Amino acid sequence: MDVTFSVNGERVRVDVEPRHTLADVLREQCGLTGTHLGCEHGVCGACTVLVDGQPARACLMFGVQADGSSVVTVEGLAGDDELHPLQEAFVVHHGLQCGFCTPGMLISAMHLLDTDPEPTREKIREQMSGNICRCTGYIGIVDAIAAAADVMRSGDTGVSDRVSARAQETPSHIEEPKRSPPPGG
Amino acid sequence: MKCAPFDYVRAASVDEVIRTLVGANGEGKILAGGQSLVPVLALRMARPSVLVDINRIPGLGTVTRDGSDVQVGTLTRHSVLAEQIHHPLLAEAARWIGHTAIRSRGTAGGSIAHADPSAELPVVAVGTGATVTMAGPGGTRSLPAGELFVSALTTSLAEDEMITSVRFPVPSRWGFAEFARRHGDFALVIAVVAEIEDSVRIALGGVGAIPVRAAAAEQVLANGGTAREAAAAASNEISPTADLHGSAPFRRAMAAEMVRRALAQAGVN
Repeated sequence: MDVTFSVNGERVRVDVEPRHTLADVLREQCGLTGTHLGCEHGVCGACTVLVDGQPARACLMFGVQADGSSVVTVEGLAGDDELHPLQEAFVVHHGLQCGFCTPGMLISAMHLLDTDPEPTREKIREQMSGNICRCTGYIGIVDAIAAAADVMRSGDTGVSDRVSARAQETPSHIEEPKRSPPPGG
Repeated sequence: MKCAPFDYVRAASVDEVIRTLVGANGEGKILAGGQSLVPVLALRMARPSVLVDINRIPGLGTVTRDGSDVQVGTLTRHSVLAEQIHHPLLAEAARWIGHTAIRSRGTAGGSIAHADPSAELPVVAVGTGATVTMAGPGGTRSLPAGELFVSALTTSLAEDEMITSVRFPVPSRWGFAEFARRHGDFALVIAVVAEIEDSVRIALGGVGAIPVRAAAAEQVLANGGTAREAAAAASNEISPTADLHGSAPFRRAMAAEMVRRALAQAGVN
């Protein structure tokens, strides 16, 4: 079936087999392999993309259903020569190790910050609960999203510097090590 | 895994859905939000030969107040249900469904037609005494939610029928309590309390194959008993089965506690 939709602002027209999911179509026919397929039955969240502004599991939608829609994938986040503040923050705050879950994490986080620019850590954890990460233990991910929220609220200039500056601060979950006085007075 | 091949029909009207289902001779399936159906297809637990996509049919996704009821169109997404202000109990229940990316696609009619014993909306439907309207080859008919659910994942909907809307009475007082292992997981136990026309109704999910009314617990309250006595009665009248996630006694105990919490939220002491 002939299907036309937009991906990251670009119009694409593809001939799809109905049983192919949107994730399959994005990866195999649009060449956008940033969208990852983990479980392929809606549990892991790695394939999360935005469809008409709403987060959706790209493995639970068929490509034919995207006809006429506007899709945003992880490839749509970065500018020409600057990463999105969320991507910067994930790097700086160790929000990823193997990186497999990261595309879905970034898209879910972007939707969260679009709808709530100042989320509490509790809200971040709740909103990100549909994305599974087997490496990080999530602390770095929550730190990264909180840091990116701060940066995005304060405007768009000097994004990298501010994210890096935040990285110098002690993350909220780690206590400052107690320094013992130098021996011998 | 990938789904087996199927013919895809994007229906423009309810009539077209019914015609397509009739033509499919029991091999057709309706695709609404797809959040339960697509995993079933991907795992090849079902191989329908025709999928009828109802997502582009206009007018099926609205929530409207109508007297003492709220009419929910079959394509109403859980995210919309969670935000609407006409039926606070439905809004609260919808917030417990899955995760954000599930709620943005999943639909009210789809959840009820899927009839998962641990899903939120079927319990609210039974708890409030909702009426389900469905279209079929012979026209439309309506059924109380309590008569729709037959067993786990099975309803009395015919193969060529489609739910078009669900009418939920608005309770004067209500409570909703759920216990799940993690946020967004399917519930181990759900309790819904709804005061409709001065009588308190209690429904439980996750404790059997279909959502059940806790009739003995309701009777305790009608006779002037306390919430705690009603909760104890509820845990005694159910027959939960054990599975990987909890033993039968554990589910009984959780049912009592969820009933107690839902009653407390409703202001029933």
